[in-house]
Amino acid sequence: MNRNKIEETIFKILMINSTIIILIILLLILLTIILKGLPAMDWSMISQTPKGGYYLGKEGGILNAIIGSLYLAGGATILAFIISLPIVLYFKVYAKKNSKIVMFTRFSLDVLWGVPSIVYGAFGFTIMLYFGLKASLLGGIITVSLLILPIMTRAMDETIKMIPIELLEASYSLGANRIETAFKVVVRQALPGILTAILISFGRGIGDAASVMFTAGFTDNIPTSLLDPVATLPLAIFFQLNTPFPEVQERAYASAFILTVIILIISIVSRFLIKKYTKYIIK
Amino acid sequence: MELKTHISVQNLNVFYGNEQALKNISIDIPDKKITAIIGPSGCGKTTLLKSFNRLINTIDEVKVSGKVFVDGENIFEKKADVNRIRKKMGLLSQKPYPLPMSIFDNVAYGPRIHGMNDKKKLSAIVEKYLIEANLWDELKDRLHSPASKLSVGQQQRLCLARGLAVEPEIILGDEPTSALDPRSSKHIEERFLALKNDYTVIIVTHILRQAKRLADYVVFLYLGELIEHGPAKEIFENPQMEMTKEYIKGVIS
Ligand SMILES: Nc1ncnc2c1ncn2[C@@H]1O[C@H](COP(=O)(O)OP(=O)(O)OP(=O)(O)O)[C@@H](O)[C@H]1O
Ligand SMILES: [Mg+2]
Repeated sequence: MNRNKIEETIFKILMINSTIIILIILLLILLTIILKGLPAMDWSMISQTPKGGYYLGKEGGILNAIIGSLYLAGGATILAFIISLPIVLYFKVYAKKNSKIVMFTRFSLDVLWGVPSIVYGAFGFTIMLYFGLKASLLGGIITVSLLILPIMTRAMDETIKMIPIELLEASYSLGANRIETAFKVVVRQALPGILTAILISFGRGIGDAASVMFTAGFTDNIPTSLLDPVATLPLAIFFQLNTPFPEVQERAYASAFILTVIILIISIVSRFLIKKYTKYIIK
Repeated sequence: MELKTHISVQNLNVFYGNEQALKNISIDIPDKKITAIIGPSGCGKTTLLKSFNRLINTIDEVKVSGKVFVDGENIFEKKADVNRIRKKMGLLSQKPYPLPMSIFDNVAYGPRIHGMNDKKKLSAIVEKYLIEANLWDELKDRLHSPASKLSVGQQQRLCLARGLAVEPEIILGDEPTSALDPRSSKHIEERFLALKNDYTVIIVTHILRQAKRLADYVVFLYLGELIEHGPAKEIFENPQMEMTKEYIKGVIS
């Protein structure tokens, strides 16, 4: 047979194999947390905070960590978005094409992207000590927002970079200024990409343990102020898994399952939104 | 300063970095007529057109000297208000670029930018200019669907309606039919002929037959220089310059 056909067959097999491997891994993860967590899974897990002796296998749930994680990751995502949107709009609409600042900023963000989250945790902790801030929701939000800032900025930057310059010119030629063009045209054209960036940043933020270990603290209560310490799901999983009691370890898997479901729900909702706004994109 | 025409170009030079794209161009563009800018690829047609509404200033390494008067105001002067100048001109690009929003919002974009918020008036404006662009009958039932879903020909007419909605005096077109099929091209050409009673129309084209069909006035550029300009009839039937003759005969292209 001819070479082309053989090559194509080989690649086809490779691609199918890779796809299957991914699916199997995903399935195994889900199966593990479901099977191991199911016995511990009951309504009180998601409706109650830990009662005395929860970590010894007594009553209660992890509502504190669910709410805490949502507060923390939500706050960090909003904060990171407020900082990163102006950056990427500046890159596209104001900065010169071969601007040194833009190139340097992109490079820095790529480096920051690769920095392990424990380093952000240590950094956040140092900053908090300096300002006399105790481990709290606020400290966690700031640290996690630093962690996800490079991810969000670069992800948005990549989609916004692709927008054809003619689209901006169309807006300018109608008499729009740069700010109007940035918010009414660039943001709308990039909306699906922006939503994706928000989604992956939120996912990264809600799932990270190392950055919140020293900065957010841990508590059995639901925080009522930004300065209260806050529990998070990754740390709750960690603590439960670290107990010698099998029934508490089961709860760790149940918590992992809850975390996965939260991420799943957010993915589905954002897919839906992304689809809604993709219709409007000009190709 | 007294000027006879909407657009008057005086000693215009444009450089991209060190390369000179336009060399000492001086020309008055006649009002309420169709002017065609013709010439071989790379001769500076787009550059000249984008000078009229200062879109070349969005390119970073560009340098401009000379003057372009629009209604008596030198638009390259420091204190010139670019957004107000651009509002005087509608632009059609080579490939249509509708905005990433609904058909209605596309046409309403310009008026909204310029402070119009009255819903009824906006609806009236959208209807009026979709009619003028010959799109109303096709689209009146789906004004709120995305503009991206239209055919390329419809998109170009939508871009025309969008440009007209800011009530310009001048319409600029950079090869506005080159991405379109013959029928859609004809549509756009008909619009231009209808619009020239009320607007000054300037189009770039490399299709000589199109220039002959549309133009009242012709500007011939070659390698950044203005070789010849004049009423279309004269340029096509009795060109003065050797270069123009050759281009019209199709020797250089
Ligand atoms: N952004 C730019 N940067 C550098 N040089 C440019 C740029 N745009 C155009 N040029 C150069 O300026 C000259 C004139 O270009 P222009 O686009 O005005 O030509 P044109 O007549 O419109 O050509 P075409 O018929 O191919 O569209 C060309 O030599 C081109 O390479
Ligand atoms: Mg051109």
